Amino acid sequence: MKKKHIMDAKGIERALTRIAHEIIEKNKGVEDIVILGIPTRGVHIARRLSHIFKTIEGAALPVGSVDATLYRDDIGMKEVQPALKRTDIPVPIDNKKVIIVDDVLFTGRTIRAAMNVIIDFGRPANIQLAVLIDRGHRELPIRADYVGKNAPTSMQEKVKVHLKETDGVDEVVVEE
Amino acid sequence: MRLKRKDILAIEELTKDEIELILSTAESFKEVSEREIKKVPTLRGRTIINLFYEPSTRTRTSFEIAAKRMSADAINISTSSSSVVKGETLKDTARNLEAMNPDCIVLRHPSSGAPEMLARLVRCSVINAGDGSHEHPSQALLDLLTVKERFGRIAGLKIAIAGDIAHSRVARSNIHGFAKLGAEVSIAGPPTMMPSEIEKMGCKMFYKVEDAIRDAHVIMVLRIQLERQKTGLFPTAREYSKLFALDSKKLEHAAKDVVILHPGPINRGIEISSDVADGKYSLILEQVKNGVAVRMALFYLLMGGSRE
Amino acid sequence: MNRLLIKGGRVIDPASGIDGLFDVYAVGGKIAAVKPYEPSAFSLQPNDWTVIDAAGLVICPGFIDMHTHLREPGYEYKETVQTGAMAAAAGGFTSVACMANTNPVNDNASVTRYILKKAQEEGIVNVFPVGAISSGLKGETLAEIGELKEAGCIAISDDGRPIVSSGLMRLALEYAKPFNLPVISHCEDAWLAIDGVMNEGFISTKLGLKGIPNAKEDIMVARDIALAELTGGRLHIAHISTKGAVQLVRNAKQNGLNVTAEVTPHHFTLTDEAVIGYNTNAKMNPPLRTKKDIDAIKTGLQDGTIDAIATDHAPQNSDEKDVEFDKAANGIVGLETALPLSLRLVAEGVMSFNTLIEKLSTNPAKLLGLDSKGSLKVGADADITIVDLNKEWVVDAKELKSKSRNTPFDGWKMKGRVVKTIVSGKVVYEE
Ligand SMILES: [Zn+2]
Ligand SMILES: [Zn+2]
Repeated sequence: MKKKHIMDAKGIERALTRIAHEIIEKNKGVEDIVILGIPTRGVHIARRLSHIFKTIEGAALPVGSVDATLYRDDIGMKEVQPALKRTDIPVPIDNKKVIIVDDVLFTGRTIRAAMNVIIDFGRPANIQLAVLIDRGHRELPIRADYVGKNAPTSMQEKVKVHLKETDGVDEVVVEE
Repeated sequence: MRLKRKDILAIEELTKDEIELILSTAESFKEVSEREIKKVPTLRGRTIINLFYEPSTRTRTSFEIAAKRMSADAINISTSSSSVVKGETLKDTARNLEAMNPDCIVLRHPSSGAPEMLARLVRCSVINAGDGSHEHPSQALLDLLTVKERFGRIAGLKIAIAGDIAHSRVARSNIHGFAKLGAEVSIAGPPTMMPSEIEKMGCKMFYKVEDAIRDAHVIMVLRIQLERQKTGLFPTAREYSKLFALDSKKLEHAAKDVVILHPGPINRGIEISSDVADGKYSLILEQVKNGVAVRMALFYLLMGGSRE
Repeated sequence: MNRLLIKGGRVIDPASGIDGLFDVYAVGGKIAAVKPYEPSAFSLQPNDWTVIDAAGLVICPGFIDMHTHLREPGYEYKETVQTGAMAAAAGGFTSVACMANTNPVNDNASVTRYILKKAQEEGIVNVFPVGAISSGLKGETLAEIGELKEAGCIAISDDGRPIVSSGLMRLALEYAKPFNLPVISHCEDAWLAIDGVMNEGFISTKLGLKGIPNAKEDIMVARDIALAELTGGRLHIAHISTKGAVQLVRNAKQNGLNVTAEVTPHHFTLTDEAVIGYNTNAKMNPPLRTKKDIDAIKTGLQDGTIDAIATDHAPQNSDEKDVEFDKAANGIVGLETALPLSLRLVAEGVMSFNTLIEKLSTNPAKLLGLDSKGSLKVGADADITIVDLNKEWVVDAKELKSKSRNTPFDGWKMKGRVVKTIVSGKVVYEE
């Protein structure tokens, strides 16, 4: 199995800092922003973003998690049922700017499901998407507002984001 | 950890890991039930049949709500309301239902083993919603979840079950469930209501309620079927309530933070005194909420995978 | 006049004390001679003799099942005299005693004659009807026992249900005496564990099924033995299943009472664990018991407390078995699996093959007063079973000759099989 490192700890940190700045710029501040990570690693990235906002803006943003499992379009098609994760929307999201955070953007199906979950919780002013890696191969008309790194891949390749919180190390590798 | 079963027929056949998976999945579903929109599209297009050969509004409603919250189509068939079932053998009913292409059948039946028989006859999943004196797995799972939420654990807790153990499917499922998760289970009731060799199931047997509930964290009081008096299992309701009902005096033997679970409609003054029933010990509302969550979890775990 | 020679087999006949290589000659349906093996005998195959080469096989007196339910008249959808007889022949049984719980009940001579006529026309083995003890099996008044005997009944029994009234049982044991009819008792106390469906114990507790304690049988066996002592009557305990009942019969025999007993192959083969999974083919009455009961039964077979092995062959239609366990009918078909299950006892060292033949043939003939059967003595009926003790085979319920398929032994690997069954010198079954 071939393994290719495409990002290290430094790279991840730089990318997230840049994304944070882009979010502030685009939203003209951090007012009314709610960050919702997609479990598991999206939640950790969301927390890191929140931490960066705190150092830049001095304000902690509400961070939650949105598990899209129950809204997936392939339930019953996989051999075994996908494990359920936590959904935790910390504040009412009506008229809020919701930023969905995930580690890798691939087909776009998970993001579609996550948006459905969010909409069942209320009517946000808008929903934005921040991802660490965009590996292409979209199957739905979805694009990210904030991208840490574009990593063109083949369908056979696997993009793995490892984070200290879950994997003990910060890195992004492409496996074949 | 995944559930790879076609059916949920008995707690006895579930492993500790499987029970824990169901409970943790149910915890996730509890959150869904607290949302503004209590409905997720997970089982859209799936058909769940609630086939009830015994009246049970509580259990049937709980399964029905669980199905609907997951966007499945729930169809209720009960012996009293349907010609599909009247006078027809279970085998023929199974064939007829199979033709409707359901994804899951929830069966309540007065004969022990009927769900196991149905499961052999149909391709879809079968959930036992109570069979004879055998098991009532979803009830035990919701009791486990309720106790786990209250105490943060099951292992090491002392559980006492009082009443007609011999005829109780709830007792059997709970003895298996709590014992598997490491609790210490005691049972109590008149000897006429203790089935043969019950202790081999992993519990201690007492004839005096006081002895069984000593230091207990959880007391489960089974509903006494008053018809049983006719078969002479106890002389009179008066004597039963005097000797075996849970009242505040007996309750002094239990742990300070004891909670009381009751699986069905209460016979006030017979198996439980009114002051205890109305006291601070009851977790009935939690039991109802957890019942829906556990049943959603079962639906999800049985139908969320393809099993192919 | 048919002439049959069975050559070169190991002949075992406990009644005449024979065990060795012999040639058996049968003429006109009777045993004509049993001579030491002579390889050259009839090597020319004279055309008026049928010659069977039994080299490597065992030749024994035909098996006699003291306890069969042929279901005719009334329940022909479960079994008929014809299909039951075919199943018997396939199992090596040359005679069967058929129980009276038919519809109408065999409680009068006309039903007995009907069964015998059917047997003569269609039955390929000997059929000996058992008459009812009580009229209509109602347990109220005696059936016409004298006439039943005259018509051809060889025993009386209300099998399927107990004689609840001790008074009636006393009368039956007394009244049957001059007719030399054994009174076969289906022993269960009617008032204990009324709605039980399986053995009472840990398995019934776990499955949530109503239990039947051993005491249900023991109480009735004890009562019947007391009545046998009171009356001097001839008591035979059907399908013994409990340790306690074995001990009671042992004591009765030691006390010189005329009490005998039979056991079914399933009661010494299976325990109540066979019910797990709500297997309705493991539902019977008396129920399958526990290992300690099986051990007691084996000891009882060894020391002669239990005289006979009988099948309690009870065919049930699949509609009566493919239902919820508590609604399912009792009983299993047993004729075609009795021999290989019994041979397991021989393999285990519980008894010799010779003793097994006594339990399957010699003793049942004695108990039922069938003087010309159960032996290969000269002049006896030429009812002969030829067995391959080493033949390995697998039970396939679909292949059974019985009209019903209710066996818990489907798919079981067996060792030992009936190769030929001969009734009155004629081969009625060939494997
Ligand atoms: Zn019987
Ligand atoms: Zn019988």
